Amino acid sequence: MEIDPFIFRFSIFILAIFVGYYVVWSVTPSLHTPLMSVTNAISSVIIVGAIIAALAGSSENIFEISSIFGFLAIVLAAVNIFGGFLVTQRMLQMYKKKKKNK
Amino acid sequence: MISANLSAIFYLVSGILFILALRGLSSPETSRQGNLFGILGMIIAITVTFLTVGNFSTSTIYVFIFLLIGGAIGAFIAFKIPMTAMPELVAGFHSLVGLAAVFVAISAFKNPEAFNLGVPGDIKLASLIEMSIGAAVGAITFSGSIIAFLKLRGIMSGSPITFTGQHIVNLLIGISIFVLIYFLCSSQSESFFWSMIAISFLIGVLLIIPIGGADMPVVISMLNSYSGWAAAGIGFTLENTALIITGALVGSSGAILSYIMCKGMNRSFFSVILGGFGGDSSVSKDKKKDQKPVKSGNAEDAAFLLKNASSVIIVPGYGMAVAQAQHALREMVDTLKKNDIKVSYAVHPVAGRMPGHMNVLLAEANVPYDEVFELDDINNDFANTDVAFVIGANDVTNPVAKTDPQSPIFGMPVLDVEKCKSVLFVKRSLSPGYAGVDNELFYRENTMMLFADAKKMTEDIVKNI
Repeated sequence: MEIDPFIFRFSIFILAIFVGYYVVWSVTPSLHTPLMSVTNAISSVIIVGAIIAALAGSSENIFEISSIFGFLAIVLAAVNIFGGFLVTQRMLQMYKKKKKNK
Repeated sequence: MISANLSAIFYLVSGILFILALRGLSSPETSRQGNLFGILGMIIAITVTFLTVGNFSTSTIYVFIFLLIGGAIGAFIAFKIPMTAMPELVAGFHSLVGLAAVFVAISAFKNPEAFNLGVPGDIKLASLIEMSIGAAVGAITFSGSIIAFLKLRGIMSGSPITFTGQHIVNLLIGISIFVLIYFLCSSQSESFFWSMIAISFLIGVLLIIPIGGADMPVVISMLNSYSGWAAAGIGFTLENTALIITGALVGSSGAILSYIMCKGMNRSFFSVILGGFGGDSSVSKDKKKDQKPVKSGNAEDAAFLLKNASSVIIVPGYGMAVAQAQHALREMVDTLKKNDIKVSYAVHPVAGRMPGHMNVLLAEANVPYDEVFELDDINNDFANTDVAFVIGANDVTNPVAKTDPQSPIFGMPVLDVEKCKSVLFVKRSLSPGYAGVDNELFYRENTMMLFADAKKMTEDIVKNI
C-alpha cells in the first residue's frame, strides 16, 4: 500500500499549524502590528503560483487567459511582498532606536 | 532547470526561513534580523520557481516587468504611509493576498496542464476541491478586507449595518458555496466555478458590514487568518511546501490574534463575528440623564497636577491615533521627566484599531519600548501612582466592567485607572465610548475632565508646565 502524497502534504500542513501556534504565542504583544504586516508579506509567497501560471503561456501567445491572471496576480503579490517587508522594516527600525537613546 | 526534488528542498528552506521570521518577533532586538530571514525566504522561493519552470522565453521578461511594477508600488506605499494609517494598510494588503489567491486559482483552472493537474474539463478531483477552497477563501478575504479598509479609512461609516434575517441569509449563502463546489466537482463545468467565486465575494461583504468600528482589531486578525488559509489551499493545489507552511503559519497567527483580541474585550469570537455590537444601544441612554456633577479643568489645572506628581501613568487609546497626538504626548512626557517625574505607559490589548496599534504609534514618537507596559504588568501600579493621564481611551478604563453585572462590558479586563490619586481624562465630550456605556469614571471625585482635542490639549499642557 502506498501512501497518497496528499497525506504527506497534509502532515506538513498540520505540523506547520502547531509550529505557528507556539511561535506566535511567543511574539511580544507590542510587536503585534509588525507581526500582521510580516505575515502579510510572507503569505504573498503565493506569487510562485502566479509565476508558474504566467510563464505557461506559449511564445506565440504570451497573453492567454490563464497567463493574464498570472501576470495580474504577480503585480498584486509583488505590491504585498515589497510593501509588507519594507513597512515592517520601517516599523521595526522605530522600535530599535529606543535602546540606544537610553 | 533544476529537478522537482531539489526545488522541493528549497521550498522547505524558505518555509523554515518564514518560521524564523515570525520567531524573531519575540523581542524587538531580534525582530529586524527575523524580517531579513523572511526576505531571504521570499527571494529563495521566487528564484527556485524561475529555475524550476526553466523556460526563459519572452514571458520571463514580462514577469520581471510586472514584478517590478508591483514592487515599485509596494515600496512607494511602504515609505509614504503614515503610521496612523497602519490598520487600513494592513487591511488593504490582506485584500491583495486574497485577490492574488483567486487569480492563481483561476489560472490553474483555465490551464491545469501548467500545474500538472490534468487537462481542462478533466482536472483531478482533489486539485479541484483544493483550488475551489483556495479561491473561495481568497474571494472572501478580498471583499471582506475591502469593507474593513473602507470602514477604517472612514470612507464607509464605522457603525454596524444590520438587517433582519441577516444571519440566515449569510448561512444560506455559505451553504450554497459548498453546493456549488460539489456541482463543480461532479460536472467540471466552468459556470459553477465562476458563480462560486462571485458568491464568495458577496459573502465577504455581508460578513464584515455588521461589525462595528472598535471590533476592527478582531476583524483584521480574522482576515489575516483567512488570507493564510487561502494561501494554504492554493499551496495544496500547487503541491508547494513553502506555500503550505506559510499558509498554516499565517492562518494560525491570525487565529491567535483574534483570540487575544476577543479575550481583551471579554467577548466570544462568535458574538463579534455576528456583529451588531455598539450600534445604537438605547438601553443605557435614558437612565443616565440625571446630570451627575462633572469636574472639568483646563490645561493650566492639568499642568499643575502633573507637575506636582511624582509618578504618572499614560493610558493611550484610539483617540490619540485620531488626533495624531503621540508626538505631542512624548514632548509632554519629556518635560515631566526633566522634573524627575516617573512616567510609564499602559496599553490595553484592544486599544486602537488593530493589535499592537498603540505600541507602533508610541514607537514612532520615540517612546522607548521598555516604558510601555501591557495590562497585566502595570495594573497593580495604578494604586501607587499619583496621576493617570487618559488620552483617547474610554471603555478600557471603565470601572463598571468590574462592578455592574448588567453592563454589556461586564467582565472585560480594564485598566484600574480609578485607583490613582487623580485622573486626567482628555476627551472631546462626555459621550459614551464604543460600547455605548457611560463611563462612571467621568463622575468620580478624583477625575478631572479635559474637554479638548487630544493633541491641542497636550500641547497646551506642555506650555503650562
